[in-house]
Amino acid sequence: MEKNKRLSLPYLIWMAIFIAAPLLIVVYFSFTDQAGHFTLSNITAMGDYTGVFATSLLLAAVATVICLVLAFPLGFYLSRLQVSTQHMMLMLVMLPMWMNFLLRTYAWMSLLEKNGLINRFLGLFGIGPFDMINTSGAVVLGMVYNYLPYMILPLYTAMVKIDQSVIEAAQDLGASMFQVLSRVLVPLSMPGIATGITMVFVPSVSTFIISRMLGGGDTLLVGDLIEMQFLGNSYNYNLGSAMSLVLMVIVLLCMSLTNTSGEDGIEGVM
Amino acid sequence: MKRTLCAIIAVVLCLVTLFVGAELETDTVVSDEPIPVSPDYDWKRFAGKGVTINVYNWGLNISDGTDGSVDVVSEFENLTGIQVNYTTYDTNESLYAKLKSGGASYDVIIPSDYMIGKMINEGMLEKLDLDNIPNIQKIGRQYRGLPYDPQDEYSVPYTWGVVGIVYNKNMVKEIPDSWDALWDTRYKNSILMFNNSRDAFAIAARRMGKSLNPKTREDVAQIAQELKKQKSVVQAWVMDEIYDKMEGGEAALAPYYAGDAQIMISENPDLDFVIPKEGTNYFVDAMCIPAGSQHKEAAEMFINFMCETSVGLANSQFTNYSTPLIPVWESLDDEQKNSPIAYPSEEVLANTEVFEVLAPEVNAAMDRAWGDIKSYSENGNGWIVPVFLLLAVALIVWNFWRRNLKIRRDNY
Repeated sequence: MEKNKRLSLPYLIWMAIFIAAPLLIVVYFSFTDQAGHFTLSNITAMGDYTGVFATSLLLAAVATVICLVLAFPLGFYLSRLQVSTQHMMLMLVMLPMWMNFLLRTYAWMSLLEKNGLINRFLGLFGIGPFDMINTSGAVVLGMVYNYLPYMILPLYTAMVKIDQSVIEAAQDLGASMFQVLSRVLVPLSMPGIATGITMVFVPSVSTFIISRMLGGGDTLLVGDLIEMQFLGNSYNYNLGSAMSLVLMVIVLLCMSLTNTSGEDGIEGVM
Repeated sequence: MKRTLCAIIAVVLCLVTLFVGAELETDTVVSDEPIPVSPDYDWKRFAGKGVTINVYNWGLNISDGTDGSVDVVSEFENLTGIQVNYTTYDTNESLYAKLKSGGASYDVIIPSDYMIGKMINEGMLEKLDLDNIPNIQKIGRQYRGLPYDPQDEYSVPYTWGVVGIVYNKNMVKEIPDSWDALWDTRYKNSILMFNNSRDAFAIAARRMGKSLNPKTREDVAQIAQELKKQKSVVQAWVMDEIYDKMEGGEAALAPYYAGDAQIMISENPDLDFVIPKEGTNYFVDAMCIPAGSQHKEAAEMFINFMCETSVGLANSQFTNYSTPLIPVWESLDDEQKNSPIAYPSEEVLANTEVFEVLAPEVNAAMDRAWGDIKSYSENGNGWIVPVFLLLAVALIVWNFWRRNLKIRRDNY
């Protein structure tokens, strides 16, 4: 046991230097002004940006819900396939992740444009053109597309552990489709759902490149706002740090929510 | 079986990369003839001393040897024996953030006018020793002593240009020779706008007949009001994405920099460029040496090399930006020399303004107003809060339901 502890030392040191220390620096900057004196003005200045925070949270929540709805049946379907086919299908799920994130988002840009592929295809039938890019819908689409695998994989891992006989038993005892779903499948895959929600919601709420490319700079998200503080005119890293801090608190809150429900889920499995 | 297949694929991939690498190397072989430079300058004084200078430049802002152009950096290395570590950045602000954080040390940087002024104010630049840069004589009178560096102590101009409107001749009825075109409801959803606050504010300010260097927060607030009015007609706020969108006919009008506009026009002949009559921003990118440079003299030699006529010509042809070097301008062909885009007439230039350093509180106000403009909506974002509340309530109800379920289960 002692030995194991020592083996983890390199990572603990890494964590202290590159994760814990920067976090402390962020906290320090959030509560100081440019001259280094203590101030709360960075936090109160955030009042001007509540709209941006609300948009970010809302879009990320919508993207997470869509991911969950799409991934749940797919995860179940995957987990019921033959083992060899499962590997193949999992590969297909992960395939897009081999490509650079920016490239994938850029590709969506040329798909959704007014003269883009989709509108030109619809134009053949005399439909459209539709305004698809530069809307919050496009931003949500970008989030769903990019983060869907992070929802599918944990759901699949949780569901693959559900024995088919459990489902059969439920049906045998007269449970309807809906009851099987709500009383057996959902509780048993709760750990996967919790992980999936965290893995999709957290990157969605802090993204900035998706909103810039697909939202046309119109849908300002917290990520854009933070980037603006560091690479904008005023170079106000104190305000930027304060925004990051608030974002981190929101993320922590979400994680604590999903984590407790995750434990419930595990209890259910026991 | 699977493993052997993987191994084969890996080997093939390695070979492919090797081949591609070799291919690339043969492509970028420098021409055998070294580029001609002034003979009366001691280029060799650092040869063999193992000096390396760090040059930090805009992306695609130097002739780099692709498409048969001159590879300026390796020409310099061959000539002087100084190693150049060449890296690029994409905005003045990221350059500033990098220098300010002290994370890296550079010997030559090429920021824009207002950033140079800001850096001078904050003591981030070294004074140049002009004895080491005799080629500064080649810089035209009109490009010297500009407001950001009135004594020419810190900077040597590298490129300059103006901001104007790039437009698609097929989609616009008359030549948009006024900034009003960017507010024109006829072009609703076909207008692109700068996705950076300084340039966007400059356009709105000139349209209102104000200076593009706002002095007070009230000025900023008024200009921001104008930009809010524009929001309903703007399709998107972009920077580099503009190339795709304008070349592909996705938008009709967009303000942009003259040099980049020429690249777009060469890709899509339907495009054209006009400098609005209300006047515009005149910008200069100039070479500077940041404070704390380890090899200041070698850096000055690099700056001098960049001002050589042959080098300036290569760079100017590669980047499409206008050159401040008089002999380079003279050696251009007539069409380029008199191009109204690259070298606008005196009258047009008289009605331009250079960015100056803004007071910190004006900068902060501008950034805040910018965030406000972006998140502002004429239809009102009122629906966001109710929807968010609804979601939260749904979450809570769901949680209760689940807890209930669990309690019932435990009671069995």
